Amino acid sequence: MVHNEEFSGKMALSVPALLELRGVSRSFGALRANAEVDLKLEAGTIHGVVGENGAGKSTLMKIAYGMIEPDAGHLLIDGVERSWWRSPREAIQAGIGMVHQHFMLAGPESALDNAILGESRPTGRWSFLPPLLRPLDRKGAIQRLRKLSDEFGFDIDWTAEVETLPVGVQQRLEILKLLDRDARILILDEPTAVLTPQETDELFKNLRKLTRSGRSVVVITHKLREVMQFTDEVTVLRAGRVTARLKTKDTSAEALAEAMVGRKVVLRVEENGKSRTPVSNESVLQVEALTLAAARDNGKPRLNQVSFDVKRGEVVGIAGVEGNGQSELIRALIHPSHADCRTSGQVRLLGVDITHTRDSEIRSLGVSVIPEDRHEEGLLLDRSLEENYLLGLQRDARFSNRGWIKRAQLRTLVNEALEAHDVRPRDAEAKARGLSGGNQQKLVIAREFSRHPKCLIASQPTRGVDVGAIESIHSKILEARSGGTAVLLLSSELDELMGLSDRILVMYEGKFVAEHRRQQGSSPYDERAIGLGMSGVIQ
Amino acid sequence: MDEQNWYQSAPFQLAASTFRLAAPLVFAAMGGLLSERAGVINIALEGFMLMGAFAAAVGANHFADPWMGALIAGGVGAAFASIYAVFVIQYRANQIVAGTAMNFLAAGLTPFFCKILFDVSGSTPTLPIAVRFGSEPIWGAWILLALLAWLWRSTSVGLWIRFAGEHPQALDAAGIQVNRIRWASVAASGVLAGLAGATLSVCLSSSFSRSMTAGRGFMALAAVIFGKWRPVPTALACLLFGFLDAVQMRLQGVQIGGVGVPVQFIQILPYIATVIVLAGFIGKSRAPRSLGLPFEKV
Repeated sequence: MVHNEEFSGKMALSVPALLELRGVSRSFGALRANAEVDLKLEAGTIHGVVGENGAGKSTLMKIAYGMIEPDAGHLLIDGVERSWWRSPREAIQAGIGMVHQHFMLAGPESALDNAILGESRPTGRWSFLPPLLRPLDRKGAIQRLRKLSDEFGFDIDWTAEVETLPVGVQQRLEILKLLDRDARILILDEPTAVLTPQETDELFKNLRKLTRSGRSVVVITHKLREVMQFTDEVTVLRAGRVTARLKTKDTSAEALAEAMVGRKVVLRVEENGKSRTPVSNESVLQVEALTLAAARDNGKPRLNQVSFDVKRGEVVGIAGVEGNGQSELIRALIHPSHADCRTSGQVRLLGVDITHTRDSEIRSLGVSVIPEDRHEEGLLLDRSLEENYLLGLQRDARFSNRGWIKRAQLRTLVNEALEAHDVRPRDAEAKARGLSGGNQQKLVIAREFSRHPKCLIASQPTRGVDVGAIESIHSKILEARSGGTAVLLLSSELDELMGLSDRILVMYEGKFVAEHRRQQGSSPYDERAIGLGMSGVIQ
Repeated sequence: MDEQNWYQSAPFQLAASTFRLAAPLVFAAMGGLLSERAGVINIALEGFMLMGAFAAAVGANHFADPWMGALIAGGVGAAFASIYAVFVIQYRANQIVAGTAMNFLAAGLTPFFCKILFDVSGSTPTLPIAVRFGSEPIWGAWILLALLAWLWRSTSVGLWIRFAGEHPQALDAAGIQVNRIRWASVAASGVLAGLAGATLSVCLSSSFSRSMTAGRGFMALAAVIFGKWRPVPTALACLLFGFLDAVQMRLQGVQIGGVGVPVQFIQILPYIATVIVLAGFIGKSRAPRSLGLPFEKV
């Protein structure tokens, strides 16, 4: 609570807010992304902006950064009203910088070139040339950047191509890029999605350093724990409106969740699954020495001798920072016969070798998949819920009679499924695109669970899903577990893994580096230990 | 070797011929490089080039000055490229389809205007030697390459073009208008392809003739891919294609085992080489990540 004392001290002096947005509204067609939103960013604070997916957080921040123009509202910088930015360039000049969720870095270019993109400092000798054609002052830039990176204890190889740098370093590069442009207001969009717990701590420590030097930070996030732990103030958005504006020390995660969703929410997964049925001894999924060679000759294998099994009625979680082979593992399990998914190793389902089985047959043997990217792999966004429900089940005897779809029966079953999984709207003919992320995911789950899978492979099952739907998805997964399904769960949310899993395997650079078993009690796993494995410290 | 006639020796002649034939390819490939690195596929290079060749012949003929021909070729190239830019940048048309359409348009427009202006649709009047370029375009191509390579590495605009094709959202977030950069790059590629055409009609030959580019625009594009979207390797690839073209000319009429090889078989050599190069020898070549994707804000 040290930060808060410092923060309230500043408040007493009534320094004008660095940035203030008043009554900001913005619609996209019929959708009101922001409706009369107010946001006040005090100097020297970390301000959390929280809300579910689609609550309007990103729109609001893009407005503040000049990427989107609002339909209405006022903008105040240092307490002085000014006109809206016409482009990010103007926002940058006024000292606002943004680190986007997907980094704005070009992989094949050097860290230095990425950092100096968009700056046009005059260089004396060449000032007779139009700014466009002036040579870049790389030497000067590197000196400035080195000074900045020393000041904040960042270490970056400026000549390295960005794609060779770890994600955490790329993020620091993004932050330094902003500091180099004299940003006083830093906006970070979901900055911790790709970080290990340790890296997250490190990030916020660094952000705290920035606020000490008078800068302010806005963090857009949906992770309430981070908000509670690291921010000074918090603004909650729901459906484009502000539903709470609080000092962090005066609130709780539960209160914030309620403001986000609009009703009481059970935050801890464990409370759903108090009495876990014991895990059986029967292996459903067995994987032996699964390997996927490197994409390039010189690289490391993408999957390196991966072996594990999942038993009946067990949830095995896979933890790891994105890009350490988790997605490749899932693909190898779903398409073991493809040479570009698996170069060697064996996959067995209920004792039967399925290494050379066709994908569609694997599905009919009782494997269900909740894909990582439901827009790309899970749904046809422009087709109806009914057709999406049929996707992959079209040969199932329930829906098909020698290749002809049983329309009437399909409609009945779809309506039942929409009802049972609480998919809204309950309209079999609605387009999947019109559904919220949570309802889309519920539709995928309704489909995949309708086969009563023996093995469920769930990849990021609650990504981009609202808090309310998360609860229901978690309880469905635990329900399947109690029913004897073997569940392989891959998630970038450690809380989710720790809440659901009976075992957690930690992946680093294509290998399992650690295995953690669920312990009795309120904290079933040692988060720090898992984090260490994710960062490759233990191998 | 005879002091007087060293420049008549076969290797020197072959080398000189290589550079002559590579010149239009270098111009066109630099154009293709600009546009592709900015994220716009430029299959229309062939059409730009054809328009440029025609415009140069007409301009040189009218003003009795090859430089006016080159100037007009550049202008017409830019104008024609701007039409392409309207389609693919403004209206986000599919770049392959729009590019093919531009090529057809050029193939049709040139004989059409030729008929209107000179009452023949086959070719423009022959330019006297005084109204033709000597070696200027050949030097010009390499000077331009050096300039472009420098622009590429060392200036803001070079950096912006690279980002426009690789990660346009990053460029946009840095406050630079992506589509403006793409527009400029496509227009510049029109100028360069126009100059490539001018080199064909006012330097390598003495008039414009129907479809005289004969796939050189595509060959230039192949050079860009072979050169992995980098200026110097691309220019070297152009030299390779120029060399094959020069060899092809020397092999015409050659006899194998007392049997004359039909000239058509010899003439297809550079094209076959292009196919082989593209199919087999480029190794892992990575296109700019956003090549062919219209820029979407937000």
